Amino acid sequence: MATVTADPGISAPGPGGPGEASPQVVGRSLGQLFWRRFRRDRFALAGVVFLVIMILLALGAGFIADNIVHHGPNETFVRERLNDFGLPKGPDRAFWFGSDNAGRDVFVQILFGARTSLIIAFFATALSVSIGVLMGLVAGYYRGKVDTFVSRVIDVVMSLPVLLLAVGLAAACGLQPQGCLGGLIKPGLGLVAMVIGLFNWPYIARIVRGQVLSLREKEFIEAARSQGSGNLRIISREVLPNVAAPIIVYTTLIIPNNILFEAALSFLGIGLPPLTPAWGKMLDQAGATFTYAPWMMLYPGLFLFLTVLAFNLVGDGMRDALDPRTAR
Amino acid sequence: MLRYLIRRTLFLILVLWIISVLTFLIFVKLPAGDPARRAAGRRTNERIIAQARKNLGLDKPVIVQYARFAKGLIPWPGLFLNRQVYFSYSNYVPVKEELYQRLPITITLTVGAAVLWLLVGLPIGIISAVKPRSIADRASMIFALFGVSAPVFWLGLVLLYVFWFQLGWAAGSGIPAGETLWQAILKGRFILPWVALSLAFAAFYTRMVRGNLMEVLSEDYIRTARAKGLSERRVIFRHGLRSALTPVVTMFGMDVGLLLGGAIITETVFNLPGLGRYAIQGIRGSDFPAVMGVTVLGTFFIIVANLVVDVLYAFVDPRIQLS
Repeated sequence: MATVTADPGISAPGPGGPGEASPQVVGRSLGQLFWRRFRRDRFALAGVVFLVIMILLALGAGFIADNIVHHGPNETFVRERLNDFGLPKGPDRAFWFGSDNAGRDVFVQILFGARTSLIIAFFATALSVSIGVLMGLVAGYYRGKVDTFVSRVIDVVMSLPVLLLAVGLAAACGLQPQGCLGGLIKPGLGLVAMVIGLFNWPYIARIVRGQVLSLREKEFIEAARSQGSGNLRIISREVLPNVAAPIIVYTTLIIPNNILFEAALSFLGIGLPPLTPAWGKMLDQAGATFTYAPWMMLYPGLFLFLTVLAFNLVGDGMRDALDPRTAR
Repeated sequence: MLRYLIRRTLFLILVLWIISVLTFLIFVKLPAGDPARRAAGRRTNERIIAQARKNLGLDKPVIVQYARFAKGLIPWPGLFLNRQVYFSYSNYVPVKEELYQRLPITITLTVGAAVLWLLVGLPIGIISAVKPRSIADRASMIFALFGVSAPVFWLGLVLLYVFWFQLGWAAGSGIPAGETLWQAILKGRFILPWVALSLAFAAFYTRMVRGNLMEVLSEDYIRTARAKGLSERRVIFRHGLRSALTPVVTMFGMDVGLLLGGAIITETVFNLPGLGRYAIQGIRGSDFPAVMGVTVLGTFFIIVANLVVDVLYAFVDPRIQLS
């Protein structure tokens, strides 16, 4: 799908009509066009930079803990870091973001919390996008009764009290160490990712369905069919590549939602095992002593907020860059 | 019109049924261990466990258990949240009484926040749609971006720290025992919860109103309206907003319905004894009759809110009567 254009801001075919001199018509691929627009969005670029730093920090959490600050996320320094009243001490040179109620390092916990957050968001998003894309493709392509059924399922899931059911599901399988379904599902990151993924797919399914509904009437689909391609081949080779762009954009916009969802679950104290650091959990613990130790709520919340903001910025930037209607 | 309403009602009954099955499976069947033992609470003895087993029908086949639970969903006196099944053994109170006691707090929180987010979200959204790329538009888009990215539980703590602890302008969290709801409202105990809960919604509605209105304003009939010489105000408010706001109405109904079933996180941060708090305490203490009670009541609100929106819709949007 190469689009020919003279002006990078406009994606309409370039002026090639008779009588019009067009000396420099450059052929650019969709990817090049996308990049040309995206890089002019300074907010989105800032988002990308922040996310790269965040991912590096999450990957290097173990290294930083061992070699730079010299203590781990769950090490407690009761004597050094709590005063005579058992209250935590604030930020200093050894504990950059201060320490928490148990004498742990807030900074190191944030690094490991980033790991938890990003891993869960990644798998939850992968799950919701897989379900959503599959449902959307099937509904949009086959239409009729299949579409009616899938659309009803989407409507139902969208009117569920999602947080309550998710908390219930996470608690049912996560509160006791033996898990649920006869030990098939154990508490941990996988459980939380699964719970989030199961409830967040309808948005992407709706979008994909809408796109496929109009795509399936296009000539190139007809051409493929006339060549004897089966449904499976048409869906995977013709339809799917053409809905890839919106899928990528909405995936980027689902990730921050899933990060917030995970933080909400761990804030409510449900889903994650006790020694897994998480931003939501840190904020929950900060709630008890935040007037005395504001650093306990300030830093984890700030990282959570900035990460979500960065994903939103990147997602918005990508949507604007891919949408020809928002030509600037 | 009548057919439309009947179809919507049938759909909502289907939703209710699915939620009841999910709730039953998630809260009763999924967790490991004997449900009767879990329901009977921490301080318990064999007699209470036997009583809970009998009352919840756990000695009967699964289908009977479900039927007993589902009967509590039917809004009919004597059936709705009947005290045989919906009874909390953690404090020996029928769930219904507890819910009715907590409901006013959740309603106050939801209604106040809803008014606030409409008052903020609609005007800002309209202004930025009418003047795209102006300074006001850019400022409101940044506000919206920050609003959708700030988690309620962090925002709540920061608001408490700044406006209650540091500045002393607003009341702190919780409602002291013995204070009535009216006294609490008058003392401003809901101000920070309202702000915290409404910010994300306000931001979301700003984006939605802006997007919808911009799309509508580029339609042909708006050009026609301008061409026949209507004032800009009339074009935007009478012609543009009418169709731009219909999806907002649906969203509003769903959001309010959902929140009336318990604003779990806001109630937790600000220590408000509403439905959401009750649900979370129930989930933590394995008190599943309590959790199911909240879910039933919450589902009921979602469905009523959806029905109200559907009826409003049928009046606002003439196309529905035709189809």
